[in-house]
Amino acid sequence: MTYEFLQHYWCFIVSLLGALLVFLLFVQGANSMIFTLGKNQEERRLLINSTGRKWEFTFTTLVTFGGAFFASYPLFYSTSFGGAYWLWMLILFTFVLQAVSYEFQNKIGNFLGPKTFQCFLVLNGILGPLLLGGAVATFFEGSNFIVEKDNLINADALTPIISHWANASHGLDALLNPWVLVFGLAVLFLARTLGILYMMNNINDDEIRTRSRYQLAGSAFVFVVLFVVYLVHLILKDGFAYDESGKIFMEPNKYLHNMIDMWYLTAVMLVGVVLVLWGIISELLKLKREDPDPEDLEPENIDGIWYAGIGTVLTVTPLLLMSAWNHTAYYPSTADLQSSLTMENSCSSYFTLNTMFWVSLLVPFVLAYIIYAWHKIDSKKISRTEIEADDHAY
Amino acid sequence: MTNLFLSIDAGTIDWSRAQFALTAIYHWLFVPLTLGLAVIMGIAETIYYKKRTDFWKKTAQFWQRLFGVNFAMGVATGIILEFEFGTNWSNYSWFVGDIFGAPLAIEGIVAFFMESTFVAVMFFGWKKVSAGFHLASTWLTGLGATISAWWILVANAWMQYPVGCTFNPDTMRNEMTSFVEVALSPFAIDKFCHTVISSWIIGAVFVIAVSCWYLLKKRHTRLAIQSIKIAVIVGFIAALGAGATGHKSGQTVAQVQPMKLAAMEALYNGGNEMDLTMIAWVNPFKQPDYTNEAEPAMKLAMPYGLSMMATNTLDGYVPGINDLLNGYTKEDGTVELSVDEKIARGKLAIQALADYRKFKAENGNSKPGTLLYKKLFLEENMPYFGYGYVKDKHDLVPSVPINFWAFRTMVGLGCLFILFFGVVLILIFDIPMVSLIFRRLFSALGLLDERSADATSPADAMPRWLCWAAILMLPLAYICSESGWLVAEFGRQPWTIQDMLPTWAAVSDLQSSSVMITFFLFLILFTTMLAVEISILLKQIKKGPDATLNDK
Repeated sequence: MTYEFLQHYWCFIVSLLGALLVFLLFVQGANSMIFTLGKNQEERRLLINSTGRKWEFTFTTLVTFGGAFFASYPLFYSTSFGGAYWLWMLILFTFVLQAVSYEFQNKIGNFLGPKTFQCFLVLNGILGPLLLGGAVATFFEGSNFIVEKDNLINADALTPIISHWANASHGLDALLNPWVLVFGLAVLFLARTLGILYMMNNINDDEIRTRSRYQLAGSAFVFVVLFVVYLVHLILKDGFAYDESGKIFMEPNKYLHNMIDMWYLTAVMLVGVVLVLWGIISELLKLKREDPDPEDLEPENIDGIWYAGIGTVLTVTPLLLMSAWNHTAYYPSTADLQSSLTMENSCSSYFTLNTMFWVSLLVPFVLAYIIYAWHKIDSKKISRTEIEADDHAY
Repeated sequence: MTNLFLSIDAGTIDWSRAQFALTAIYHWLFVPLTLGLAVIMGIAETIYYKKRTDFWKKTAQFWQRLFGVNFAMGVATGIILEFEFGTNWSNYSWFVGDIFGAPLAIEGIVAFFMESTFVAVMFFGWKKVSAGFHLASTWLTGLGATISAWWILVANAWMQYPVGCTFNPDTMRNEMTSFVEVALSPFAIDKFCHTVISSWIIGAVFVIAVSCWYLLKKRHTRLAIQSIKIAVIVGFIAALGAGATGHKSGQTVAQVQPMKLAAMEALYNGGNEMDLTMIAWVNPFKQPDYTNEAEPAMKLAMPYGLSMMATNTLDGYVPGINDLLNGYTKEDGTVELSVDEKIARGKLAIQALADYRKFKAENGNSKPGTLLYKKLFLEENMPYFGYGYVKDKHDLVPSVPINFWAFRTMVGLGCLFILFFGVVLILIFDIPMVSLIFRRLFSALGLLDERSADATSPADAMPRWLCWAAILMLPLAYICSESGWLVAEFGRQPWTIQDMLPTWAAVSDLQSSSVMITFFLFLILFTTMLAVEISILLKQIKKGPDATLNDK
């Protein structure tokens, strides 16, 4: 294996983990609508118990995404996390709130009351996808940082720090960029769309299912509009390219060129988009039909989440790869162009990437047991009766 | 380019250290109970799998409910720790990310997914999967947590004893050369064994304390007695194991972190035939005046004990703080440089790196001979590179009071646990002759009433004072466990990576106010959540297991 292959391979693994994370944000999306979809305490318990059996996958994927980035692209890890401090801290803060909210909210002894923790879930449900989407958007829009490795040999420095944020906002400045906000909001509404589809599939309750379908139309519409607007912007905008010597420069329509040069990624992305749309539309059509086939309304046939979920992974993976492959700087600096991070200048050594390559071969095995366990747990859909009978229910 | 954008100040370093310490201390309140309870509830469910009685099913479910409340907080605090390496210690993340990132990534892929997948099956799968699959899920949840501990402890051990790497002057960072050396370093193995085994003590003490409370209240006595029987075996083995692995860890520390050992022992001036200090007057609030060679007062020590512990010989040489600062000759004749000399060599290394990079930038690879010469000069001084950032040699002496007292707290309580588990073990099990002798002995001492001296009922065999002692053991177990971490982490100071990178060269470029705000945000959040967790645990314990559980 060549060093170049390993750099591309790890970029693919990190992108795939990022895409899986976006899919799993359906947990956040559903939680952002606890009070919209659940009109009383009983219904809210149904919603919370539904996502409560999956939240650890989102959490673990986020942690593994971070760990994989650390191992394969440590300069990104140090520059982005240390620089965009407030952006990441806010994300982490909301995820910490989420982690305890399920287990604590309905337990006796919870002196803060269930509603406090439900509000925490809503907070995480809105801010989590929005800020994570914002962070991803900086892969295309750039961030305000400078990398100076020679600071390590600067005897006059108070401390020899190599990565600096070029303003005092430490990441919050990203939210002032309207395109970052558009992308962040697109991720939020995608998460809500996926969340609704997941609820419709996972909860065997007619009232929640009917209410979900009406919400689906609104969320999906906003998502599609925002996604298309950002995609058009991406196609038209200048991109951060680099030449054989590693010099970074602005290339007009760089991401359009990437889509043409890497047509296979574009094809996969298009398949993904079609699947997402089909996942949404097929569920909406079932609602519109005046005389629906009763089979269509059986819980096991309400399967839009699977089309949309697989479609999300197939859309986001190539989108993230567009930001890095084909001589593109995946973490561009708006403060100093030559500080921008590329696959070549920010990755781990050949030895580490090669070692981690062998470890990554475990991923299919991990995915297999996750799918098996998920299937076992979800073989019977959640219902009011089950929640009442389950003494571990949240 | 100059550091125009550098916003860091000295407070940033202290607040970053405080924030990491806060997160680690809170995280370590939850992890050991997770690891320990996983073993005990796994055993309980295994018995259920064999016997298929409602009692054992409800017993396993009861401990799993308490496990769940604690597990959530462990997960919540854990995520912050991983990302704080990037947010608060960005230079560190770059300087050693090539090595340190790998265990964290493997932890995510191999351990976290196993834990998070099977914990859901464990909680919600009782009526959905077969008993065998459920039992496997329970053990896999514990195994996932333990594998997770393995990889994070590999990463931590590497910070204490950096091996399997080399510095690359072209990329300006350390790079991994041997994954096996990193993953299986003796320090990592010792640390894993000692940490995980000592976590089982907390799980065992927790179960015994809760069970003893039921015995005092005369409720759920069958569950209490059976749970104590499982927990005390786990706890007794763990306490003995923690002692053995602790001794082994001490020997490794003596070899690779002699300054930590000197601080733990408040040993200012070393020598041969050194005694192991049992107790001495070390002012807990003040760094001692070690340079004036005034050894701690009121010292009670075990003759030759320290030499034996550190070198496996009665007369082995153990250096003190002043020896380590001023340099000394080892028994094999090699000279350990003074810190001043190491600082000078460190500055040479930094200059050599600057020269190498400047030469390469100007000439590329056109003069390979000169380039190689400059590289060799750098490599000769590279082992002292981290010392080049040290301004004052006394900065390299960790807090003696914290290390001294934390070490004694850990070891003293560790001994107490062996005694405690031993007593409970003898009283709760009807070991032929042994239990009878001890019960009569306790009866003669007035610690057990006469009726119980000959009793074979385990409920009668647990006297009230022992039940109260068991409840008292619970906070002591946490103090013991946290003390272990204080020794491990404060003893390493000021190095983030031993001899390689001091804290002030590892931190992120942040305003101290930013880190201070997040410190207090996490302090408030974690403390509130801890209060909620304790409140929930107490209510769950008070409520007890399923009301239908047969108490006979």
